[in-house]
Amino acid sequence: MNNSIRVDLQLIADMVKPDTRALDVGCGDGALLAYLTNFKRVDARGMELSQAGVNACVASGLSVIQGDADADLRAYPDDAFDYVILGQTLQATREPREVLRQMLRVGKRAIVSFPNFAHWQVRLRMVFGGRMPQTTSLPYKWYDTPNIHLCSIDDFRALCRDMGVRIERAIVLNSKSRPIRMPPPLANLFGEQAVFMLRRD
Amino acid sequence: MLQDLTDAEKMALAQCRHAVLGDGQPLRLDCGVDLGPYRVAYQTYGTLNADKSNAILVCHPLSCDQFVAERHPVTGKEGWWESLVGPGKVLDPARYFIICVNVLGHCMGTTGPLAREPATGQPWNLRFPVVTIGDMVRAQAALLDHLGIPDLFCIIGGSMGGMQVLEWAATYPKRVFSAVPIACAAHHSAQNIAFHEVGRQAIMADPEWKGGDYRLHQTVPARGLAVARMTAHITYLSEQALQRKFGRALQDRNALGFGFDADFQVESYLRHQGSTFVDRFDANSYLYITRAMDYFDLAGAHGGVLANAFRGSATRFCLMSFTSDWLFPTRESREIVHALNAAAANVSFVEVASDKGHDAFLLDEPEMFRTLSGFLKGAAAVRGLKEVP
Repeated sequence: MNNSIRVDLQLIADMVKPDTRALDVGCGDGALLAYLTNFKRVDARGMELSQAGVNACVASGLSVIQGDADADLRAYPDDAFDYVILGQTLQATREPREVLRQMLRVGKRAIVSFPNFAHWQVRLRMVFGGRMPQTTSLPYKWYDTPNIHLCSIDDFRALCRDMGVRIERAIVLNSKSRPIRMPPPLANLFGEQAVFMLRRD
Repeated sequence: MLQDLTDAEKMALAQCRHAVLGDGQPLRLDCGVDLGPYRVAYQTYGTLNADKSNAILVCHPLSCDQFVAERHPVTGKEGWWESLVGPGKVLDPARYFIICVNVLGHCMGTTGPLAREPATGQPWNLRFPVVTIGDMVRAQAALLDHLGIPDLFCIIGGSMGGMQVLEWAATYPKRVFSAVPIACAAHHSAQNIAFHEVGRQAIMADPEWKGGDYRLHQTVPARGLAVARMTAHITYLSEQALQRKFGRALQDRNALGFGFDADFQVESYLRHQGSTFVDRFDANSYLYITRAMDYFDLAGAHGGVLANAFRGSATRFCLMSFTSDWLFPTRESREIVHALNAAAANVSFVEVASDKGHDAFLLDEPEMFRTLSGFLKGAAAVRGLKEVP
C-alpha cells in the first residue's frame, strides 16, 4: 500500500474524516481513492472521464465509473456522500457554478482544488510577456488547454459568496506546493493553487 | 420426467448434474402458471468452502449453456467461457465454487418446451408456459436453496446472462455480494425485439415446424432455426469485424458465380453458423428464450424507475460494455450505472475498447479480464475471502 500521495491530494485527504463516504470526481488513476480507502476506511467512489484512468482504477479494486462532472453528478441523490471532491478539475468543466451546486447537493461538503489564475507568475507573463501564461500548474498552450473556466482565488471566494456557500477551510499553496498563510489579497498573488472545503449555508 | 430426452439432452445430462425441484412447491411463473416438478441441469467447478462464502454463479447467454469450461458433450467444442473460467484463470476453481445453470425453457437438460407436461403426459411444445428472465432466476435461486448455498460471492453474466445478473441483484439483493452484468441492458430495445421477431418468424415459417409439434411428426425445422441463427449472428458482430474477417472475399472460387450459391465468404460463414446451431439448439426453445429476453424490462417491473430496482442494495456492482457493441450499446449500460448511482449503490463501470461487437464478451479481451480480476480482488478483500495458497 502506497502511503505517499501528491501534496494537494494529501491536503484533501487530511480534510476527510475517517469512516465517511466520499465521491472523487475526476479521480484520475485513483491515488486519492486508494489512500482514503486504505488509510481512512472511507467508502470512497470515483468518477473519471478518461477510460484508461477508469480501467486502471477498477482493475486495482476501486469503485469507479466513467463519467464527467457536468453530466453525471445529476444521477446521484441528495446527500449521497459526506464529501464530494473535485481536484484540479473545476476549471475544465463546462458549467463550474452548476457543478459546484450539484456537488453540494450530492455531498454534505465539497472539497475543491484549482490553480490560481492570479498567481504572480501568471500576471507577469500576461502583463509583460503579452502571451497566454504557461506555468507548472497551467502547463498547456492556449490552443490545447482543457481549462476553459480559469479563475483566481478571489474569483472563487466571490462565487461562493454569490451562491451562499460557506467556506469552512481554505488552504493556499505556493509554487513549491507548501501552504502559505497570508491575508486574502496577498494569497491571491502568491498562491499557485488553493484547496477549499465548502458546505451549504 | 427423465424419459423422452433428446439425444442432446441425454449427452448433456450424462456430463453434468441435475436436480428435480418444485415437487411440493411449484414455481409460480410470471405468466401465472405453476410449474412443477421441473428439472434443472447445472454444472459446477471447484468446491464450496466451509463457510459457503466462495460461490460464484455464472449466467449463460441465449446460445450457450451450462458447459462453461469444458468440452461440450454435443458439439465437442471447448467451453464458451474457458478464457475466463479454469485453473489459473480469473475465475479459478481452486478458489471459487463456480455454478452455471441451464436456464428454464432451454434445451440442455433443464425443463423447457421439450419436456412432457406432468398433468397430461404429452410433450409441452408450444403449450409450455412462456417464461421470463425472472422465472429463470427464481429457478436458479430454488436450486441454490436445494444445494444449501445461502448467498453468492459473485454473479456474472453477459448479454442474456447480464439480464439475469440484474434480475438477481434486484430480486435477491441480500443473496448477491457482488454482481457483474456485462454487455447487457435493463430492457430489450425495439431493435433487439425486431431482430428476435425475424428469427422467430423464420422458425415458424418453416413447414417442418408444424405449429411446434415437429417432434411428433419426426421433422426438424432446421432451415428456420438456421436462418434465425444467421440473423442473430450478424447482430453479435460489428460491421468492422465482419469487414475485416471477410470483406468481399469469395468462397472457393475466383469469380462471381452468377447464381445464389454462397459466392461470398461471409455467406458461407453464416450458413455454417446456422447449420451447426441446429445440432445443439431446439427451435421451440429458441422461441421461448428470445421471448424471455424481449419481455425483460427491469424498470417496468419497478414502477418505471430503474433506480427503484436497486434501492438499499449493498451489492457491489461492476458493469462492462464494449465500444463496438451495437446490440447492447454502452449507453444502455450507462443507464443502469445512473440508476445505481441514483440508488447510491456501489458501482464501477468500464467501457472496453474493442472492434469485435457484442461477441467481444465471449472472446479474449485482456481489458475485460483485468477489470474483472481487479474487481473480484477488491470484493474478496471486503468479503474476507482467502487467496489461493
